[in-house]
Amino acid sequence: MATLAAVEEQRKTEETALITGSEAIAVACKLADVDVITAYPIRPYDTVMQYVCRLVANGEMDCEYIVAEGEHSQFEIVKHACACGARVFCGSSGVGWMYAMEALTVTPALRIPMVVMVGNRALDDPGAFGVEHNDALAVRDLGWQLVWVDNAQEALDTALIAYRVAEDRRIFLPCAISCDGAFLTHSQALVKIPSQEKVNEFLPRYNRADLLLHPDNPITVAPQGNEDWVMEIRRQNYAAMERTYGVIKEAYADFERIFGRSYGNPFFEEYMTDDADIVLMGMGTLSISVKVAIRQMRKEGKRVGFVRMRWFRPFAAEELAKSLQRFEAVGVVDRDYSFGSPYLGGVLAGEVRHALYPGAGKKPPVLGFICGLGGREVTVPDVQRMADSVYRAAEGKAQPLTQWIGLRE
Amino acid sequence: MGRLFAIEIIYRGIFQKTLATRLSRSIVLAAHEEGKLGISFGRYGDSPERNGIPAKNFAIVATDEQTLQEGMAKYEPKEVDITIAVDDTLCKGVESWAWYGLQPVNRLLKPGGTLIVTSREGPDAIIAMSHRKEAPYNLAILKGTVSFSGLWVYKDDHTDVRILGAIAKILPDLFTLQSVQKVIADQWHDPVKAESAARAYERISSITVRTDQGNPETPYKFDLPKWHEMGEGIAIPSIPAGTEVEDPVSHAEGGFRPDRNPTFKKFSTRTMRPVVNFDTCIKCTLCWLHCPDSCFDVTPEGLYDANMEACCGCGVCEAVCPVKECVTMVNETEFGDNASQWEAWRHDKPAYEAWLAEKIKSRPERSHGFRYRGQYEEQVPEALEIARKA
Repeated sequence: MATLAAVEEQRKTEETALITGSEAIAVACKLADVDVITAYPIRPYDTVMQYVCRLVANGEMDCEYIVAEGEHSQFEIVKHACACGARVFCGSSGVGWMYAMEALTVTPALRIPMVVMVGNRALDDPGAFGVEHNDALAVRDLGWQLVWVDNAQEALDTALIAYRVAEDRRIFLPCAISCDGAFLTHSQALVKIPSQEKVNEFLPRYNRADLLLHPDNPITVAPQGNEDWVMEIRRQNYAAMERTYGVIKEAYADFERIFGRSYGNPFFEEYMTDDADIVLMGMGTLSISVKVAIRQMRKEGKRVGFVRMRWFRPFAAEELAKSLQRFEAVGVVDRDYSFGSPYLGGVLAGEVRHALYPGAGKKPPVLGFICGLGGREVTVPDVQRMADSVYRAAEGKAQPLTQWIGLRE
Repeated sequence: MGRLFAIEIIYRGIFQKTLATRLSRSIVLAAHEEGKLGISFGRYGDSPERNGIPAKNFAIVATDEQTLQEGMAKYEPKEVDITIAVDDTLCKGVESWAWYGLQPVNRLLKPGGTLIVTSREGPDAIIAMSHRKEAPYNLAILKGTVSFSGLWVYKDDHTDVRILGAIAKILPDLFTLQSVQKVIADQWHDPVKAESAARAYERISSITVRTDQGNPETPYKFDLPKWHEMGEGIAIPSIPAGTEVEDPVSHAEGGFRPDRNPTFKKFSTRTMRPVVNFDTCIKCTLCWLHCPDSCFDVTPEGLYDANMEACCGCGVCEAVCPVKECVTMVNETEFGDNASQWEAWRHDKPAYEAWLAEKIKSRPERSHGFRYRGQYEEQVPEALEIARKA
C-alpha cells in the first residue's frame, strides 16, 4: 500500500506537456534555475531560445537573457559569466556553432562547465537546415563532453544530468547536448516534467570554488604559456575526462533514485542485443527507424540488435568493445562524414573500430554506412538494406567498408 | 500492433502557421485525454516560414508506444486518415518549399479517408479544383471564410475549434467531442469556443468523391539528378536575360518578358491574383517597378501584363497603382487557368471587359494582409456570424 501511494504521489508531482526537444531543454533550464543565457538566431536550435525568452518574459524564470551580435560573442559571454560563478546555458547549430569556434576551443581549456544545446544541422554549403552531426562533432578532441539524445524526455533528463556532471568540481568540463534538427527540435511529444523539489534534490547549486573570478579570490585566468607549460595543462584535462566516466555513472544512479526513471547503461542504449547475431549502431533520432526495422526483421527470423551511443565524449570504449565482441558483425550508421578518413568512413565508424582494436577479445567485422545527411530520412528499408549487408559480412562475404545509403546513384 | 492515426494539416505558410499548430497540437491533446499517445510536427515549412508557401503539419496518434514508433519511423506518413486544407485554394495542388513538383491535395489520403476544407464554395467548385484520385475519398466542407492571420497576430475566428468538432464527428475512434471540449477548456477557457466546436460537430457532413471526379490533369513532377549527373562545386545554371513579347493579333514584337525559373512556377503559392484593366492603365510603370518577383511582362505597346507563372499574389501592385480599379486583387478560387490577361484583351476587348467586371464584383474580399489596426476586430465577428449560420 505504501509503495502504491508513493507511486501515485510521484505521478501527481509530474505534469505531462506536449513539447519539442528544444522546449524540453528550455524547461530543464528553468528547473535548473540557470542564471545567464545568451542567444543568437540560427535554425533549428533557435527554438530553445524562443522558449527560454518566453519563460523569462512571463516571469517564470529569473535569468539574464542576452541576445549577442553573433555566435562568437554568444559563447564568449556565457564563458565569462560561468567563470564568475553563474550557471549558464547556450546553444547553436551548424555554421553558427562553427562561427563560435574560437570561444568553443578555450572553454574546456579553462574548465568552464557550460551546458549547451546543439540543434544538429548540416554545415554550409549548401545551407541545408536538416540534420547532420558534423557540427557538434567538430569539437570532439577539445575536451567537450558530447551526448546525443533521441527523444524529448531524454533531452530534458539529460540536460539536468549534464549540469550535475559538468559542474562537479572533479570535472568542470563543458557539455554539449545534441538534438537532431527538425526530428527532435521541432517535433512535439508528450514529456513528463519533474517537480522542482526533485530537481533541487538532484542538482546542487553551481560552486566555482577555487576558480571563481572574484576580487576576494585573486587569480589570473588564461595567461599566455609556452612549451614549458602546455603539456601539463593538457594532462589535467585528460585526467578530468578520465574521471567523467565515474561521475556520469553516479549521476545517472542518483537520477534513477530520485526521479524513478532508469536509463540503464548511461553511455549507450542496447536494444534487443541479448540474443542478437548482428548489431547496428548509431546516434540520435535514427533510432526510431532502426527499432521499427529491427522488430520487422525479427518477425522474419533475423536476430538484429541496436546499440545507440548516447555519450560520444567521454567514449566508453572498453564497455563498448566488451558488448560488441558478442556479435558476428557490426554496422555503424553515421549521420556525418569525414572525407579522407581511413576507408573514407564516418566518424562513429572510425571510433568503433578504434574501440575494438586494442582489446584481447574477438574483433567482429565493422561496416560503415553514411546515411541521412542534410536531414534526409533514414528509412526502414534503408535500415533493412544495411542489416542485410552486415549479415553478409557476418557470413564472411566481402562487403565494402564504407557504403552510402539512400543516395541517388 | 495497436491502432495508428495520422492527420495532416495543409496550410499557407506564415498566414496560417498558428492555426495549423493549434490544430495539430489539439488533436494530440484531445486523443491523449482518452489515453492515446501522439506527436505533432511540421514539414515543408521553415523556421520561420515563407508567406503563402504551402506547408504541412502532422499529428500522429497511436494506442501504444510501439505503434507510435511505427508511425514515427517514416517522418512523413505514407497515408493519412484525414487531410485538412485550411485554405480552399490549396485544393488546386500543393508545391511546398523543398518539395519538387505539384502534389494533389488528396495525395496522402487513405482510400475512404476524408478531406476537410474550409471554404465558402460548394462541393462542385472544390472537386473541380482537386486532382482525381485513384480511389474514392470523402469531402467535408466547413463553411466559412478562409482564416488568414499575420505572423504575430492570430485571427481567433474559431476555425480551429470548428475543425476539431468536425474531426470528432468524422473519426470518433480518434477522439470524441467531449475530449475536444475538455482540451478547449484547458487551453482557452472559453465556453463560446466549446459551443462552436459542438455546432460544427452537429452540422458537418461528407459526400463521397468518385474516381472520375476532379481535375483530370496529371500533376507535374521532376526526377532529381543522380550525384554524378550534377555539376560540381554546388554551382547551378542561373536564369539568362529575357526576350521580346509578341502581340497575338498583330504579331508585332517589342517590350520585354524576363526569363523565369523553368522548373518552379509560383501559381500554387497564390491565394489571390491581380486582374488588370488595360484600358484605364496610364503606363506609370509603378506595378512593374514594385513587383517583388518581376512578374510583369512589358508588352510591345508598353502595357504591363502580370505573368501568372511568376505571380505569388502579394498584392503590392494593387497597393501602388494610382488608378482606381486598374489593378484589382481577386480570390484565386475564381480562376481555372494561368492564361495571359493581356493576350485575352488583345483577342477580344469587350469579352475581356465583361470578364474583368464580373471577376472584380464576385470576390471582393482579400485573402491575406493585416493592413490596418483593428482589422481583425472587424473581421472576427463577421467570420463568427458566417460560422453560426453555416
